[in-house]
Amino acid sequence: MADKYSADTIITETQKRISNAFDVFDHESNKTVDVREIGTIIRSLGCFPSEADLHDIIAELEEEEPTGFVRYEKFLPTMTKILLERKFRPITEDLLLQAFEVLDQQKKGHLEPEELTKYLTQEGEPFTQEEMDEMLSAAVDPDKNVILYKDFFH
Amino acid sequence: RGCSRSTRVLFHEYSIKAAILIQRWYRRYVAHLEMRRRYTWNIFQSIEYAGEQDQLQLSSFFSFMLDNFTHMNGNGPGNKYLISHLLDSVVDPLTEEVRQLKYEQIVVPESYCGPRLSFPLSVTDTNALLSAFKEEQTLHGKYVLQLLYETKKFLKQMPNIIYLSTSYAKEITICGDLHGRLDDLLLIFYKNGLPSAENPYIFNGDFVDRGKKSTEIIIILFAFLLLYPDHMHLNRGNHEDHIMNLRYGFTREVMQKYKTHGREMLQLLQDVFSLLPLATVIDNKVLIVHGGISDKIDLDFLSTVERHKMLLKYVLFHMVIICLIQVVDILWSDPKNQSGCSPNSFRGGGCYFGPDVTQALLQKHGLCLLIRSHECKQEGYELCHNGQVITIFSASNYYEEGSNRGAYVKLGPELVPRFFQYQVSRSTRKLTLHQRVCVAEGSALRALKEKLYAHRSDLMAAFQQYDIDNTGRISTSEWAQVVESVLRLDLPWRTLRPRLARLGADGNVEYESCFEDISPGEPIPPVTPNLAETLYRYRTDLEIIFNIIDKDHSGQISIEEFRQTWKLFSSHLGVAVNDQTIDDMARSIDFNKDGSIDFNEFLEAFRVVHKLVIKEQQQG
Repeated sequence: MADKYSADTIITETQKRISNAFDVFDHESNKTVDVREIGTIIRSLGCFPSEADLHDIIAELEEEEPTGFVRYEKFLPTMTKILLERKFRPITEDLLLQAFEVLDQQKKGHLEPEELTKYLTQEGEPFTQEEMDEMLSAAVDPDKNVILYKDFFH
Repeated sequence: RGCSRSTRVLFHEYSIKAAILIQRWYRRYVAHLEMRRRYTWNIFQSIEYAGEQDQLQLSSFFSFMLDNFTHMNGNGPGNKYLISHLLDSVVDPLTEEVRQLKYEQIVVPESYCGPRLSFPLSVTDTNALLSAFKEEQTLHGKYVLQLLYETKKFLKQMPNIIYLSTSYAKEITICGDLHGRLDDLLLIFYKNGLPSAENPYIFNGDFVDRGKKSTEIIIILFAFLLLYPDHMHLNRGNHEDHIMNLRYGFTREVMQKYKTHGREMLQLLQDVFSLLPLATVIDNKVLIVHGGISDKIDLDFLSTVERHKMLLKYVLFHMVIICLIQVVDILWSDPKNQSGCSPNSFRGGGCYFGPDVTQALLQKHGLCLLIRSHECKQEGYELCHNGQVITIFSASNYYEEGSNRGAYVKLGPELVPRFFQYQVSRSTRKLTLHQRVCVAEGSALRALKEKLYAHRSDLMAAFQQYDIDNTGRISTSEWAQVVESVLRLDLPWRTLRPRLARLGADGNVEYESCFEDISPGEPIPPVTPNLAETLYRYRTDLEIIFNIIDKDHSGQISIEEFRQTWKLFSSHLGVAVNDQTIDDMARSIDFNKDGSIDFNEFLEAFRVVHKLVIKEQQQG
């Protein structure tokens, strides 16, 4: 077996991961994906970009005359760089818990659905109604009708 | 509350940061789920198409038999049975009047409380059928036979291509594949209303197979067909065919539900299916066919073919007839995005047709739109070829609960399509995205693991070629390469690896771990693991062959027939099995020692068990 830790191997392995993830969304098997799937692909490779970050990346990946599709030849080098430079580092569980605690101003230990909705649909990079509904359906405790955020973390 | 202004400002800043953090995290979480949902989809689709490709395997087996016909040992009845079974159509000894009388004379017991149909049908009959099927009742065999018989008579006078118009500002509703999913049909009727003069419908083929209520579906569709002949239209799909039904479950369903009359029903159904029209045209502008088109299609020529002779069994025997090729194209083709027309290797029949082919055909006949079905779509419908092709698919949750929506399309006189989507839900409580993904993914992964199991020896041999030092581990790259070369499913193996195989401490794949979760089920007849694997892999093909031999659908074949069939099949596959092994196998399966084998029991023995699922069920 070749030396696993050589720089070349790391790059090749990284690129194969990127290729696999890209292929999942390449419906017509012609090495292009819909530009609207780029965010999903990048995130599924372990990155946590913001919407603004994605906006910039997509602008870089699009053709001069935007076709609505992104070609693999353009995606690969951009994504390789992102992964090798470890951009858009993961958000740790500690950090996420702190975020919820900040929003829980009154230190109740839980959040009301209306509270969370207000923050997430009005502040930062606001959720769409669909995103908010989906998150609430997963996060709200059906009996108590609140979000017991501490339970998300081990 | 005593907060100073600066504290409030500070909190506001922090809360914005917190919100952004949560949003970023959540979007990543959803993307991860979306990725899983998408590769689950790819898995289902790959396996489905690979299964249809297996049809090619069967077809080449029949050719092999044909070629070797003269070389078989003189005493062997084996392949003579198969060929004659397959090619001879059963000649109907009864005249029309006699048959009709025979059905009328079937006695329905007093205790039967299901619908009692009277011909010609009325709205009372169709309402009774719908209510009965909602209550899970079964229609008595007598009425099914009468219904099928009347449908056959009706369809005989229909042309190959039906021309409709959207006069009187009527919208026509077009539905796609239903595949035995009664819930979807009932949901469509609930949302869109029952068929009537004001509410015309076209059902675009594939009413049967795969789902469990194919019988109920065709009963309802044929009943409405007879009730509203001008407002209800059915196109033939590739599953409206005897050979497909043998493989994909409809034959089994009929025989299970109708033990007395099932055989006769299947005979009638063969005729009815082959008499279904091939295409519908609306306002001379919109062409509706089940599969698609090719560069050979000519609608004028198609109108003249004798459609009731276009049966898949002739394709299997490579009996190439010009009209048969065109009909196969209509029923089996898929659109693609590259130009040109190429053979559809995935399906084993029909073509892949590009936007140029669509453009050419539409132009040739003065049409503007092609509506077809045949492919499952996540949203229930999809447009392609610059909006000139619509795919409409009406079986929701086709692969698994939550896998896809179903849809139907409505066309009014302006011929602007309006789409309506729906999804049948088994649970009353709405599943979260995470739950839906997990259920579908679990199912897909189990199907994939079965594939791995079925090819275990080939995979192990290939793995071991990379594992020179016999460590039991190889790199992820090597693992992915081997699996793709053996299974040929074109799936993202690296992304799937964590769900299929374990990594060792050194970060390499412990390749034997991908077989860990599966074990053979019931104790099987004493055969070597290799043979067991082969039997498992070709289970479906064997089932088809047995069903063909078993003309009266009794579920039994003689030991001699079993022996001959198996010998032929294994010599075709190049699997070395000696006569003694087959004899031992045959004898051990003949449980009651009467010289015949219940082949369903035989095949049941070659199921597999997913150990993790058993564990979950025990804990759950």
